[in-house]
Amino acid sequence: MSNEKNTELAAKQQAYQQFVKSREPKRPILANCIRAFIAGGIICTIGQFFQWFYMTYFNFTEITAGNPTAASMIILSSLLTSLGIYDHLAQWAGAGTIVPVTGFANTITSAAIEHRSEGYVLGVGGNMFKIAGPVITFGVFSAFVVAVIKLLVQRLGGF
Amino acid sequence: MLLGQQSWAFKNKPRIISTGVVGGPFEARGALADDFDILHDDIWLGQESFEKAEKKLLEDACEKAIQKSGKTKNEINFFFSGDLMNQIISSSFTARTLCIPYIGIFGACSTSMAGLALAAYLVETGGARYVLTAASSHNSSVNKQYRYPTEYGAQNPPTAQWTVTGAGAALVGLEGNGPFIIGATIGRVVDLGISDPFNMGAAMAPAAVDTIEAHFLDFQIDPSHYDLIATGDLGQVGHRIAADLLTERGIQIQQEKFTDCGLLIYKDSQQVGAGASGCACSAVVTYGHLLNRMNRGELKRILVVATGALLSPLSYQQKETIPCIAHAVAIERGD
Repeated sequence: MSNEKNTELAAKQQAYQQFVKSREPKRPILANCIRAFIAGGIICTIGQFFQWFYMTYFNFTEITAGNPTAASMIILSSLLTSLGIYDHLAQWAGAGTIVPVTGFANTITSAAIEHRSEGYVLGVGGNMFKIAGPVITFGVFSAFVVAVIKLLVQRLGGF
Repeated sequence: MLLGQQSWAFKNKPRIISTGVVGGPFEARGALADDFDILHDDIWLGQESFEKAEKKLLEDACEKAIQKSGKTKNEINFFFSGDLMNQIISSSFTARTLCIPYIGIFGACSTSMAGLALAAYLVETGGARYVLTAASSHNSSVNKQYRYPTEYGAQNPPTAQWTVTGAGAALVGLEGNGPFIIGATIGRVVDLGISDPFNMGAAMAPAAVDTIEAHFLDFQIDPSHYDLIATGDLGQVGHRIAADLLTERGIQIQQEKFTDCGLLIYKDSQQVGAGASGCACSAVVTYGHLLNRMNRGELKRILVVATGALLSPLSYQQKETIPCIAHAVAIERGD
């Protein structure tokens, strides 16, 4: 009996979902976009400052300054995460704090802090990439696919 | 005794002899801070992990309830408790500390009233002289298990709710001058196909409505019987839906008589999304705030309908919808 598809219930569920939609507050998409633009812009400006700093005061070129700049941003993000500030910024900024490298650092730091109570190996080691893991997996795989396509196009006499 | 299809009417009038209500720092800044027995200013409670902190909250609440009653642990026959952790560890570990014969219960955020109903039933039928019942939740341990790490920067939608850090315990027996437990209605699992764990209020509202309707039908009464009907943790979204669904079914509850524990506990300035949630939500608001209001004579008879979303992180990832439940307990002022 439980395997039979209950069409009456399905219809009731659909009607209820429509009913709920009309009563739940919508995500403020426009406001979220503007906030993300402002917050993301500020983060990139800070990154730009670090790049300028490393190029001006140390012997870095525009290309080589990328590494210390990213490292500085990651340290800054991890610091704000461990002080319990980053998640509050993120509630306001949304995608603005998730998309830059600071967001990626936040996923790893927050998971590492969270699972410290289960020990360094199974806790921190096993869970650090819990949220960042899929990004790395699919990022590496996408890079591989793109590289294969590029090689094929080159072999076939393309650009 | 059984009344109608799914309710118990308690003729011997078991009483809530004493309660213990404990909260965390965020609750201390909330709207009901005065109604707590103990408020902790440290989210860790001096423990090494959030799970241990939650256990400490529950232990504190139970010990406070026992201490206020003037009884000793040995006099209490049974202990019913539940929480949101996997394998309800907070409750079982508290039972280890208390050494009172124990049955762990899980009803998600409806646990508080499930426990109170069972405790009242045991005392009513002579199955026990004293029963302690409790429920707890901790914002960070719940986030860790059900959502993301505490410090992870994800933006919550406006329908999301804030899990209460706290624990509430009640000691039930036939003596004393505390409020009477006059009846209870055990709810059915209702699932109307909501699968968004950030919209629990909407998922749970039909369960609350189902139980409220069954309660009035079984007891042959109408909403005017109560001075206040409080749902557990539906929040703004769910509470509004529940009110609309009740009207649709021909049950008219005056707006000022119909409230939600999840809307009472925090101040508007605390920005908790659609409201509060968690096992502790209905437990601390009922055992603290609502019983205090009854003791002050502001309320004579109330119905608390604790609502629970019976999902797990696994069921959500496997794209299951959220089954929900609600249990109602009617409480009347003592002499």
